[in-house]
Amino acid sequence: MALDKIWVYCEAGDDGVATISLEMLAKAREVAGTVEAFCGGDGAVCAAELGDHGATAVYSTGDLEGRMQGVSVASAVAAALSSGSVAAPDAFLLGTTYDGRDVAARLSVKLDASVLSNVVDLRLDGDRLVGVEPVFGGTINVTSRFTNGGPDIWLVRPKSFEPSAVGGPPAEAMDLPVPELGAAGGAVVLDRFTEESEGPKLDEAAIVVSGGRGLGSAEAYSMIEGLAKELGAAPGASRAIVDAGWVPYSYQVGQTGKVVKPTVYIACGISGATQHLVGMKGSKNIIAINKDSEAPIFAVADLGIVGDVHKVVPKLTEALEGR
Amino acid sequence: MKVVVCVKQIPDPADPGALDPDTKTLRRDVKLILDESDSYGVEMALQLVDTAGEGSVHLVSMVPNDEVSGLRTALAMGADSATLVSDEALAGSDALGTARVLAAAIARSEPDLVLAATESSDGYTGVVPAQVAELLGLPSVTFAKEIAIEGGTATVRRQTEAGADLVECPLPAVVSVTAGVVEPRYPSFRGIMQAKNKPVDNLKIADLQIAAEQVGWAGAGQEIADIAEAPERAAGEVVVDEGDAHERIVAFLDELKVI
Repeated sequence: MALDKIWVYCEAGDDGVATISLEMLAKAREVAGTVEAFCGGDGAVCAAELGDHGATAVYSTGDLEGRMQGVSVASAVAAALSSGSVAAPDAFLLGTTYDGRDVAARLSVKLDASVLSNVVDLRLDGDRLVGVEPVFGGTINVTSRFTNGGPDIWLVRPKSFEPSAVGGPPAEAMDLPVPELGAAGGAVVLDRFTEESEGPKLDEAAIVVSGGRGLGSAEAYSMIEGLAKELGAAPGASRAIVDAGWVPYSYQVGQTGKVVKPTVYIACGISGATQHLVGMKGSKNIIAINKDSEAPIFAVADLGIVGDVHKVVPKLTEALEGR
Repeated sequence: MKVVVCVKQIPDPADPGALDPDTKTLRRDVKLILDESDSYGVEMALQLVDTAGEGSVHLVSMVPNDEVSGLRTALAMGADSATLVSDEALAGSDALGTARVLAAAIARSEPDLVLAATESSDGYTGVVPAQVAELLGLPSVTFAKEIAIEGGTATVRRQTEAGADLVECPLPAVVSVTAGVVEPRYPSFRGIMQAKNKPVDNLKIADLQIAAEQVGWAGAGQEIADIAEAPERAAGEVVVDEGDAHERIVAFLDELKVI
């Protein structure tokens, strides 16, 4: 038996609705009779795309004037539910993103509802949802469910589901007014910066070339960028070298970073800590270069090269030049 | 300036133990250490107090047993004191139960700023900092890359999908610190010796007016239905580089038709 209604948190950027939001809409349609979106900002501009992906309505706050998504959207949803102007959904789906986590966290306190994070699959078990969370680097799958009355709050990892358009009519634009936030609403965005990066985005690239501690130094990371450029790939990194400050956090692939599922993932000097594996094990093909033949990364690699990255990577880059 | 840092003691990720099939929780009978993710919050707090020229860094943590070794590590880095809520009733707490306990413990010290990691390395729910903020009625900024404090206001550079947001936030506030944005100091020998004598306030949940049914298994609004091994990804060919391994990679990429 399907759920009556699911609300999906919609994030949007200059390119329209974020992929994670469309992924969740696709899954929500499978398990619920009615799927509606909610967002902080102007939802009307997304109405056509959301409708195309099966949302029948989009509840939006209007311009937040720099206030944070988390406190604004959660407060608006809680106010709408408690006033009775909107019937509570059976479940909220939000992406495991910077803003998605904030909204889920604030909403859980306001509704006194538990949150389940890092879910990579959702399915019906009777008339309730159960969710699957990978632990220990994806070697173990834990299936969990909520035990209170709901609504459920699920935080979904990006790339867990495939977006699919169904060609529905534009979602009906509904108001979700933000109440007085008091002290909790004090944070304001003064300015937004876009990190200019060449080449494809890490979580969208067909090929990802990542570097780890085996590179030996921050300077050696240029080798990874060189190979990535030659392949039209996105450069990535293990947590170890992000924590060491060699590259920014936005490069990180893994449990605490981005989940990637490219056609080819090339791991250079990465041992394969569970923290890293959980973020890249879903890649279609994995190539690993590491000097330690015992490195766990070789257990998931389709092609493993036991060798020195400082020798193999430059030769590989050179061999690819002009192809 | 009074800074509280939320820290978690976790099983060493190099030897994380296992899930207990009976209770369906992580076995925590292994030695617990300071979560590396928390070392960035501790370092950030020490730097902010240093820049301000005055103030103190107080740790808040919770654990179902009486483990303190991870706290001692953070005290050895330079934190001044700690509150440890250690209570058997805490075993099995979900994120909201955890946030309730931390928020109640934090409220006792009336801090100007509360720092935390963006998520723990073991549970990684990623929601506790903003839940703590909501419970305390405070503003929050998550995923901070840089923090500057001036005149009762924090200016935070926050990680976003696109790049970064510059956020202004009145104090008191909760800020979560992105891993890797500062270089955590190693405890000095002197620091380690001093840490042994720094005050650690041991509390039970009753001291925080929290009932046992609000936390732990009893209070968690979720349960594990099933634990299963994930399908293994089969290992493929492994080649030892004899100076020509790059050619094997090129051939593999050719087969995949990506070059």
